[in-house]
Amino acid sequence: MYNLKSKSNMSDSNINMVAPPEGVVGEGFFATKLNDVVGMARANSLWPLPFATSCCGIEFMATMASHYDLARFGSERVSFSPRQADMLMVMGTISKKMAPILRQVYEQMSEPRWVIAVGACASSGGIFDTYSVLQGIDKVIPVDVYVPGCPPRPEQIVDGVMKLQELVRTESVRRRSSPEYQELLASYNIK
Amino acid sequence: MSELLLPPEHRYAKRIAAQLNEDGSELSILNLGPTHPATHGIFQNILLMDGERILEAEPTIGYIHRAFEKIAENRPFYQITPLTDRMNYCSSPINNMGWWMTLEKLLDIEVPKRAQYLRVIVMELARITDHIICNSILGVDTGAYTGFLYVFQFREKVYEIYEEICGARLTTNMGRIGGFERDWSPKAFELLNTFLEEFPAAWKEFENLFERNRIFIDRTVNVGAITAEQAMAYGFTGPNLRAAGVDYDVRVSQPYSSYEDFDFIIPVGKSGDTYDRFCVRNAEVWESLSIIRQALAKMPEGNDFHADVPDYYLPPKEDVYHNMESLIYHFKIVMGEVPVPVAEVYHPVEGGNGELGFYLVTDGSRTPYRLHFRRPCFIYYQAYPEMIKGALLSDAIVILSSLNVIAGELDA
Amino acid sequence: MALETIQIQDKLTETFGSTVSDFNQEKDIFSFEVAADNITAVILFLKNDPLLRFHFLTDLCGIHYPDNDVDHQFAVVYHLHNWYENKRIKIKAYINGENPEIKTISNIFLSTNWMERETYDFYGINFIGHPQLKRILNMDEMISFPMRKEFPMEDSGRTDKDDRFFGRTTDNY
Repeated sequence: MYNLKSKSNMSDSNINMVAPPEGVVGEGFFATKLNDVVGMARANSLWPLPFATSCCGIEFMATMASHYDLARFGSERVSFSPRQADMLMVMGTISKKMAPILRQVYEQMSEPRWVIAVGACASSGGIFDTYSVLQGIDKVIPVDVYVPGCPPRPEQIVDGVMKLQELVRTESVRRRSSPEYQELLASYNIK
Repeated sequence: MSELLLPPEHRYAKRIAAQLNEDGSELSILNLGPTHPATHGIFQNILLMDGERILEAEPTIGYIHRAFEKIAENRPFYQITPLTDRMNYCSSPINNMGWWMTLEKLLDIEVPKRAQYLRVIVMELARITDHIICNSILGVDTGAYTGFLYVFQFREKVYEIYEEICGARLTTNMGRIGGFERDWSPKAFELLNTFLEEFPAAWKEFENLFERNRIFIDRTVNVGAITAEQAMAYGFTGPNLRAAGVDYDVRVSQPYSSYEDFDFIIPVGKSGDTYDRFCVRNAEVWESLSIIRQALAKMPEGNDFHADVPDYYLPPKEDVYHNMESLIYHFKIVMGEVPVPVAEVYHPVEGGNGELGFYLVTDGSRTPYRLHFRRPCFIYYQAYPEMIKGALLSDAIVILSSLNVIAGELDA
Repeated sequence: MALETIQIQDKLTETFGSTVSDFNQEKDIFSFEVAADNITAVILFLKNDPLLRFHFLTDLCGIHYPDNDVDHQFAVVYHLHNWYENKRIKIKAYINGENPEIKTISNIFLSTNWMERETYDFYGINFIGHPQLKRILNMDEMISFPMRKEFPMEDSGRTDKDDRFFGRTTDNY
């Protein structure tokens, strides 16, 4: 009933492990760049903060459920506390009443933090071109990945997370203290 | 902390000051939401608490107000369906069908029997999915995550059925004035039959996990009880009202779309507490399954899936490209040259949460003059502060879950 | 014995005279008009009368008619339902456009508390006697009433959409 595969069909070659970064291997040591190791660790253990407001939230629930399991990408523990989350997934329409709260949640997250805007409403206001809806969350917080769709299929949400993983893997460890990043935050008036 | 949250003239601040003067004990203010893991949707409650017990609550909603009623005044009738989808997004086919039925009432269109039976099937499937979410999330809120994972698998199966019918998973935008946009493929019926075979066993398992579970019973019995008179005064309809003992169901009192042809009972609770709401929803899932089976058994022969109203029913695209008449009708419908009577119409359907009503005022043009949605969540959520008076904080979360408040329907 | 619409009409006209008017059967709902200052009396009568027993209020909403004369610019619409006889009625109360106000019925039907707040939020209709008449769905700081016909749907301050491509003029109309 639940389409469980029997254990005899599973062999080690079916499991994809994350590839190690490039480096020099020797007897008892592996030399590589700090950036690569840190990037790999961060990319494969992103803890999401599901900021689910409307319909996209139900598709997120489907993504977290067993069929399209998001936990295999390292997001096993969803954190509702901003202090303990790495990526903020904004799913659903953000109205102007909600924007200050979204901003507050983003400011409470500690570095390094990333933002995924899931759905058309979070990316650009979606089908609601009205007086009360914020036309895209990038008006209040900087966004890393946009996932379009209304609502996006779980495969698209997973694709968005994978693109974010690519960003995280290749990000420099010095990025958060660089002047460009400070300028980006200053353009949003985030201290 | 409390000074930052509320101004000193607020009645909470006054009450805290009064209590402090009286016996030196300090009441506290707790802000629940709008972003909170256990509130399904964004609404805020500021609670005045005496330790762990809640004395008063002040709700604030509107954090996802998307101005549906304003948008509806600027959109032609067939473009309003995506808006209705996004009200109660857990069971969007019911909203869609309700909207089409309102228009059919306005235009006096008779939908063929087979299309009505197909509508009944899809609405009952939507009701099942809505109750799946509500009850499994109630389980999650009491700490039992497994039930949610088991039954969500079946929501995926229903999504596959929706995809066969209309192409979308969640926000379905299904149907047309007078029926459906295309006939259901044999694959849709096959998937439906597989679902009807596999789901009852899973739902029985889900019920067994919770209904006689000591911990669940301790968490939910006598929690958030509401009497029938209070419920009717607050405008409750749907499973929340039926749990309090009143057997009002729009499908029975004002049958639409051939519901009078089907034989089903209305499950009713006794005390209106959380456990009764949970059990009423469980029982309604069984009734919905029975209705779907009856509809499949009694389905009329043939394959007409829409009424013969070329003035209002958008013709299939292949015909529009090859057939002059279809091209003309398509043009007239899209540009708004079809006759629309000047009238006021109110049509209620039984949504997953209660009586979902559409009040439509037209003025002859292709957009409504006024469209108002009677949203059950908005109306019964008013009673929430009353229901949690005197309860513990964890009970407040369980009560909120069992009411099945969907933010999209609350704020519209 | 089932409740007939003619009985409803007779009982209302004999109790309230000319303040209730314009009775007609619209599709399947019997509707009529009430003068705005008599609304609480009429609704209380409909609720408490042993024959009529309209004990459930289904819905309350507002409508804006800017093209009507000043005394009929706003309307508040009440839908009542009698579950025992399965009868629905609709009451419309027209109010003045310059100073829209009407008495609250939140002490008769508890469910109208938020419905009246929503109508106030959208149209600016003042419900006299309401315990907590403030905005419910829009932001508290908003000064205009968005569902009125003259208020535009789109946000007037938005910068990312070029109105020329949407066929709109510079003032979003």
